[in-house]
Amino acid sequence: MAALGGVEGAGTLASLSEKSPALEEFSSGRAKKRRHFRWWRLIVMVLAGIYFLGPLYAGIKFSLEDIQGGFSLRAIESIPSSPGFSAAFALSMRITIVTVVVSALLMIPTAIYVHLRVPRMRRVLDFVTVLPIVIPPIVLIVGVLDASPLWVKSSPYLLSFMYVILAMPFVYRSLDAGLGAVDLKTLTEASRSLGGNWIKTLWRVVLPNLRPALMSALVLTLALALGEFTMASLDLWTTIPVWIYQFQNASNGHVQIAAAMVGLVGAIVLVTIIVSLDRSRSGRRKMSTK
Amino acid sequence: MAPGSEEITLKSNSRIHRVRRFFGPSMALAPFFIFVFLGLGIPTIAVVYKAFQGEHGGFTFSNVHDITQGVYRLGFENSFKLALLSSVIPGVLGVFLAYAILTAKSNVLRRVVLAASGVFANFGGINLTFMFIAALGTTGTLTVWLNAIKLNPWHYGFNLYTFSGVVFVYMYFQIPLMVLVITPALGGLKQSWREAAENLGASSWRYWFHVGVPVLLPSVLGGMLLLFGSAFAAYATAESLTTGIIALSPIQIGNFINGNVISGQTNAGYAIAFGMLVILSVTMIAYGLVRKRASRWLL
Amino acid sequence: MTQMKETPVTSTLTQNAASGGASVSLENLVRTYGKVRALDGLTLKIEPGEFMALLGPSGCGKTTALRVLAGFEQLDSGRVVVGGEDLSNVSAQKRDMGMVFQSYSLFPNLNVLNNVAFGLRMRKQSASKRRAKAGELLEMVGLSDQAGKYPHQMSGGQQQRVALARALAIEPRVLLLDEPLSALDAIVRAELRDQIRSLQQRLAITTVFVTHDQEEVLSMADRVCVMSRGHIEQVATPSELYARPVTAFVAQFVGISSRVPVDASGREVVIFGQRCPVRSGEGSSLSGPVDALLRPEDIAIAVDPEGKGFVTRKSFLGAVTRLVVQVGEISVRVDVRSDVGSEIELGTHVRPSIVARDVLIAPRKVDVLSDPATAS
Repeated sequence: MAALGGVEGAGTLASLSEKSPALEEFSSGRAKKRRHFRWWRLIVMVLAGIYFLGPLYAGIKFSLEDIQGGFSLRAIESIPSSPGFSAAFALSMRITIVTVVVSALLMIPTAIYVHLRVPRMRRVLDFVTVLPIVIPPIVLIVGVLDASPLWVKSSPYLLSFMYVILAMPFVYRSLDAGLGAVDLKTLTEASRSLGGNWIKTLWRVVLPNLRPALMSALVLTLALALGEFTMASLDLWTTIPVWIYQFQNASNGHVQIAAAMVGLVGAIVLVTIIVSLDRSRSGRRKMSTK
Repeated sequence: MAPGSEEITLKSNSRIHRVRRFFGPSMALAPFFIFVFLGLGIPTIAVVYKAFQGEHGGFTFSNVHDITQGVYRLGFENSFKLALLSSVIPGVLGVFLAYAILTAKSNVLRRVVLAASGVFANFGGINLTFMFIAALGTTGTLTVWLNAIKLNPWHYGFNLYTFSGVVFVYMYFQIPLMVLVITPALGGLKQSWREAAENLGASSWRYWFHVGVPVLLPSVLGGMLLLFGSAFAAYATAESLTTGIIALSPIQIGNFINGNVISGQTNAGYAIAFGMLVILSVTMIAYGLVRKRASRWLL
Repeated sequence: MTQMKETPVTSTLTQNAASGGASVSLENLVRTYGKVRALDGLTLKIEPGEFMALLGPSGCGKTTALRVLAGFEQLDSGRVVVGGEDLSNVSAQKRDMGMVFQSYSLFPNLNVLNNVAFGLRMRKQSASKRRAKAGELLEMVGLSDQAGKYPHQMSGGQQQRVALARALAIEPRVLLLDEPLSALDAIVRAELRDQIRSLQQRLAITTVFVTHDQEEVLSMADRVCVMSRGHIEQVATPSELYARPVTAFVAQFVGISSRVPVDASGREVVIFGQRCPVRSGEGSSLSGPVDALLRPEDIAIAVDPEGKGFVTRKSFLGAVTRLVVQVGEISVRVDVRSDVGSEIELGTHVRPSIVARDVLIAPRKVDVLSDPATAS
């Protein structure tokens, strides 16, 4: 459930980089108790490390091996040339681009408009954007397949449409948080009073300040569109995840796993870049305010 | 402004202007609402409608009746069990992990783990499946290593492709999700509470028992509800891992879409989807209530 | 290490002082954080039942001292002795002190009554006894009708009163208050100030009160310990502290002082043509060019067309009118009764004279830009 993870992540990542003094062991000065606590914490972290990093390592290793077990990039290299991949890749790209564009065109103006003009609608929007969590993809696709006329079903961009919906909780939360962090009203009024029209104001004032929110919204939309399986497979479109699932090959599943790992590692890299970009940005912003 | 134009700028009170003023500002949101209606509203309505439609049209409860029997009922039971295990176990583990991170001395470690949680909580179904197959499949990398030290989990009853395997894999994104949800709550535990308790004579245990745990409980519960909904509705991982062997509601819906229907129950799939909607709505309502309580105390 | 400037305890304590709290002795406390010496050999004795305020700017170590006393901070060296007992190895849990924090210390999941009774619960008292005692204390702070409410339903002032009741419920030997009024607005603060003080006097509990607000301190404390950078500047009663500060820091932190450059020789200075003895204290051994620190009440003026000074500013403060008088190159602040002050116009020539018994001097501060009268 990408949306859920993203929604919660948006809030937590921003704050909470400080140590929490309230959770410190009691200051009673009993060294023995402190030592127990430290061991316990170490065990938890080690176990977590094994559970999370172990499979990741195994997956990466598997992708970099050939059938005999030696180091080989063959599995990864053969992905692009594997039958059906380029079609799947192209399809995923098209769907993803349309998703991002439609999502941006729909959500950004809406979020800004609500924030500036009709703040009382915010509660409605909050509710609406939580709905995709209550109505999961598997349920949605059933209804979509039933209710859509044939001409809609025969287009892959139906998936784009639905992905915009799936991404909505996160995209909206992200934009909302970003808009809240900046004093939008004052900024826009200042810009207007200095002679800028709405378009210029949007372009030069609002959007640059929204960049971190836009970045994280973009990243999660990308991750969602490129990794979504449920709707794509049931709607019978061979996107990259569907291709991975269906690809059967004599090489012991190496290609499948390699493709899956590329997806996972790519997601990690993407998010890391965004997070570090965001941090350096907010650091700069902190310095430039009074 | 020209001198004589004051009359023109007075607000007109005519009916059409009043209507326009009321709806005007919200008009710009029309595209959004239309989009949501089309993408969310219509499919939902279709599902609910079809759930009560008989095979040859006409209102009926037979679909709903069907899903409370036999294999569909089993599907719900299994999904419920799966979601329960996949919310309680990762929930508790997530709390401990979050606690361990927040009390760590290193700032860097904390930020890294929190960011990692953000990434892992979003790990997609398909890719996750294959990663685990590579790691802990019958000939997976980790399996082979563990086999060498006589600790091969498969020999001890572990099976990645069954119920327990699914729970094990689900933890991979459920634990980080819990960490993300509970971290603000843990951080909201005020130092002054702890010190006040200590000052009044409470030991560490008694503080947690009387203050810490009760204050955290709504947040933990809320997190687990979120995890429950997430696990219940998940399709991709379960499907790719078990290839439809286990009866789970989302998978049954998938089968239904792919045409594997029992004759006479053509609309059962819709009823299953409807059932899922009901369960998830209840879960989210409970979550909302619990969240309110949590925010009251943790300010 | 600095010498302690301490004045003997005066008889502001109530008769039953002996039955109330315990004596507190902080001996040579040293606490460092990295390079910073939060406590620099702090030594202080507090009498049973006394209300001792720790006053100073942020970072002076007053909160650290309180937390060391409570057992929340470790010491690098030094001893904490309460009622004759060395508490160095006693955990905060067992120290039998009641503490009121700055804010948000009430347990949010317990109602008011259970909050107040918490300490009693930890001491395994029976439910009926707990209820009775908690009720009694809520009555003392005037909140018996709020017993069933929860902290988030109460105002800041009410919460602090509950916190006070909770701390007192366990009948502690020492009551510790860490800036309990700082987070409240002015009116509530004033009310609570009186309540705390009267409660404390009634129960005769030894109390240590940390604050950066001198107004609180002057109106509540039996004695005040002014701190700066981990050490003590002066320990004295409020009136003593105000009227006769012994260091420049105290003179300028508590109340207002004007700096007047003079020459000191043989424990005497000459100000406005008068010979004044130098106050014993920090600067008493200085000679040569120094600054005299004068309070507005230390100076008197008489309207005199031949006088060397003239009035440059006038502020009506109610009962008193504050004048700024320019004498040569220096400005001093002088307070006069308002009925007198209303007669004095700007530019009036006056003759200033010193009416204080002695004068505090400090090393000369060379600061060309600032107005000496406002340097504090």
